[in-house]
Amino acid sequence: MTDLNPTRRTVLCAVAGMSVLPDVPQNALAQTPPSHTALSVTLRINGADIARPIEVRTTLLEFLREQTALTGTKKGCDQGSCGACTVHIDGHRVVSCLTLAARCQGHEVTTIEGLAQGDVLHPMQAAFVAHDGMQCGYCTPGQVMSAVALVKEGHTGTDDEIREWMSGNLCRCGAYPNIVAAIRDVADHTPARG
Amino acid sequence: MHAFQLIAAGTPGAGTTFIAGGTDLLQLMKNNVIAPDQVVDLAGAHLRGITATSIELRLGALETMADVAAHPEVRRGWPAISQALLLSASPQIRNMGTMGGNLLQRTRCVYFRDTAFACNKRHPGSGCPAIAGENREHAILGASDSCIATHPSDFPVALMAMGAGVAITAAGGGTRVVPLADFYRLPGDTPEIETILQPGDVITQIVVPASEAAKRSVYMKVRDRSSFAYALASAAVAIEIRDNRILHAGIALGGVAPMPWRAAKAEQALIGATADAAAFEHAGRLATEGARAAGMNAYKIALAQRAVTRALMEAAHPTAETGVL
Ligand SMILES: Cc1cc2nc3c(=O)[nH]c(=O)nc-3n(C[C@H](O)[C@H](O)[C@H](O)COP(=O)(O)OP(=O)(O)OC[C@H]3O[C@@H](n4cnc5c(N)ncnc54)[C@H](O)[C@@H]3O)c2cc1C
Ligand code: SF4
Ligand code: FES
Ligand code: FES
Repeated sequence: MTDLNPTRRTVLCAVAGMSVLPDVPQNALAQTPPSHTALSVTLRINGADIARPIEVRTTLLEFLREQTALTGTKKGCDQGSCGACTVHIDGHRVVSCLTLAARCQGHEVTTIEGLAQGDVLHPMQAAFVAHDGMQCGYCTPGQVMSAVALVKEGHTGTDDEIREWMSGNLCRCGAYPNIVAAIRDVADHTPARG
Repeated sequence: MHAFQLIAAGTPGAGTTFIAGGTDLLQLMKNNVIAPDQVVDLAGAHLRGITATSIELRLGALETMADVAAHPEVRRGWPAISQALLLSASPQIRNMGTMGGNLLQRTRCVYFRDTAFACNKRHPGSGCPAIAGENREHAILGASDSCIATHPSDFPVALMAMGAGVAITAAGGGTRVVPLADFYRLPGDTPEIETILQPGDVITQIVVPASEAAKRSVYMKVRDRSSFAYALASAAVAIEIRDNRILHAGIALGGVAPMPWRAAKAEQALIGATADAAAFEHAGRLATEGARAAGMNAYKIALAQRAVTRALMEAAHPTAETGVL
């Protein structure tokens, strides 16, 4: 796992890096937008300030995936229904597909890339690996971001409670039992909130 | 999505489309159901605050669904509000969606949300494909020959059972409080008009009276899966019972009408009645009086009746049933 991750990330960074050159048009926006809808924003993501010129329609999800090299956050439905795009804003979990990037200025955004400390996985990431909480892995970044927030919110009393409070994250592979086991494991090893 | 200008609330000459949590607005804009040139950001407006007194609960329009649902005073004095919110959407959406935005969520009618179809609400006069089409989720009460869409939100159903009001500030200043029952408009032959809001009106607060009935209120939601789905039918009840007699009753239905549906006849029948199963079943039947099915939604009539009866039973004899995890 630890061997594969950096390799995959390096490849993705190289590809994504090309699309953030300023004079390359964003492929999401086919026609040139009227100039008054062009903005210049600085977003604080995983502790770093990232400044980019954007089009006002850009969602936080598009900003992360297309304007920066942060492709860990996934686009599933683009309509708020699947949770693949879950990130934290000021510590609260939200869906980035229904969030305008321009409205995130002055807030702290945390993505899946912001969880690990260098090569040391966040306990929730480690638990997903240990419990085999994924199959194809597409929903996993969103599941992990949601799960980290869930434990902080304290809704882990029973497995049913975990399932209810994870209901915003769908998994087409049906890895649910192992996802619940991973969250249960982390919750049981997290001191209760004060 | 049509390009737009994003401007702060209070900007002179600002447009009349507001963004609060953005969870419905962005879906509608992405699907080209609406295409505003200007979007006014309410984030900087001072529309927050949750205050509970012995007289009333005041909810700032920009308070999130998650914060209101978790608020200890709300849970104690107006439990159906907390229940309705916790049974809405997902934890992520509840962290984003706001009180004002939830009141104004547009219908989930699939034809309305897909511009490939005609729709009287989106394009007045173009027709309503739902009437002879996919109408399993559509209205059985309050519909018209031009539109049979339902209002999809849960929270206003709880508000309706408790006699809440909406505080509105007009574009030129001046605030008024409108009873929620007068806030929504039935479709008639103008389904594009859904509320009494005028261009530029901002919802600032929601005001809910305190009462013994509100303290015992219950929200019951029936849906296709056990979580993260819209109501096929729901019921909010707020009743006060003394010595097994019903002193006060507020009842509203959700998911079955173009607006949260107050069941006034069922309320009246309960006042003075003995709080027993027979009275609650009778109230369930009265609550759907005049219901008319469009076809695939015929099952909703019995479903709504039973939701009312069960909610009343639960309010009279609390069990763990409506306890939201
Ligand atoms: C996948 C999914 C599932 C959902 N499931 C449910 C569910 O089960 N039950 C449920 O009730 N809801 C559900 N919702 C809907 C969600 O609760 C609403 O989208 C949300 O409450 C809207 O609030 P908002 O602040 O995001 O509104 P916005 O999207 O910001 O605004 C919605 C509308 O209200 C207007 N507006 C907002 N605030 C004001 C104000 N203060 N004054 C005047 N106008 C205003 C906006 O201009 C816009 O027209 C679901 C949503 C999604 C995406
Ligand atoms: S039911 Fe109403 S919203 Fe749905 S297609 Fe008919 S007119 Fe449009
Ligand atoms: S991509 Fe955002 S919820 Fe599905
Ligand atoms: S692991 Fe494949 S979608 Fe969840």
